[in-house]
Amino acid sequence: MKITRRIEFSSSHVCAIPGRTAEENRALYGEAANPHGHGHNYVLEVTIAGEPDPITGMIVDLKEVKEILNQEVVIPFDHRHFNYEVPPFDKVVPTTENIALEIWRRLAPHFDGAKGRLDLVKLYETDDLYVEYAGEPA
Amino acid sequence: MRLTRRYRFSASHRLHSDQLTEAQNDVTYGKCNNPYGHGHNYMLEVTVSGPVDVITGRVADLPALDRFVQKEIVSRYDHRNLNEEVAELSSVVPTTEVVSAAIHARLDAHWPHQLPALHRVRIWETRNNIFEVSKEPV
Repeated sequence: MKITRRIEFSSSHVCAIPGRTAEENRALYGEAANPHGHGHNYVLEVTIAGEPDPITGMIVDLKEVKEILNQEVVIPFDHRHFNYEVPPFDKVVPTTENIALEIWRRLAPHFDGAKGRLDLVKLYETDDLYVEYAGEPA
Repeated sequence: MRLTRRYRFSASHRLHSDQLTEAQNDVTYGKCNNPYGHGHNYMLEVTVSGPVDVITGRVADLPALDRFVQKEIVSRYDHRNLNEEVAELSSVVPTTEVVSAAIHARLDAHWPHQLPALHRVRIWETRNNIFEVSKEPV
């Protein structure tokens, strides 16, 4: 069985590769390369897989999930500029893909089987763009 | 990693089969058989699957994906009558099953080699009717 928790955070970013020209970055990332940055209301769905505990009837304590997501994602990401305030995005381009990979890296150790297993990270940058990462070799 | 992009087009259609009688068409398609047709705000999801490029941080060149889907589908379907104006639907009943299969086939046939693999096409005919097509067996 799987359970999904949804959270939101609002952050700003610039998608550009250092050392490339403005034109090259614009061709790669479109408007997301605007050097002054822009922001999104990101929506994150985190899916945990496991079997319900026979006594509690729960796969995982959702209060704990909420606290883990708060500590690992919301507090460090919400109302921050990824490139300037959230390592490793001072060195890694904060595309939706890379943010999803970083979220997986932060969450996977918390859900290693005892509290259910991390099954899927689904990150919406907007209503019209989302990525899904299930821990496969990136 | 999977990346999904959503596109929208508004189009009209009429569900009517020449191989059925008027009465059979009425029973089969109900309101959708109205001779003057009707329309929907369709939402099209195109999902690609592939590794994250270590330099760009992207699975796909999004501007290129957008240009491709815009050219092949959105510009040809948006504000059109699907029965009368879209070549690949001219001799079929444009149910959303048929439309989603036609869109998947067209994207697949013209798929640019620089984009990662097409994983799935999903279409919302309305908020409540959702159809998906992928190459893998269902």
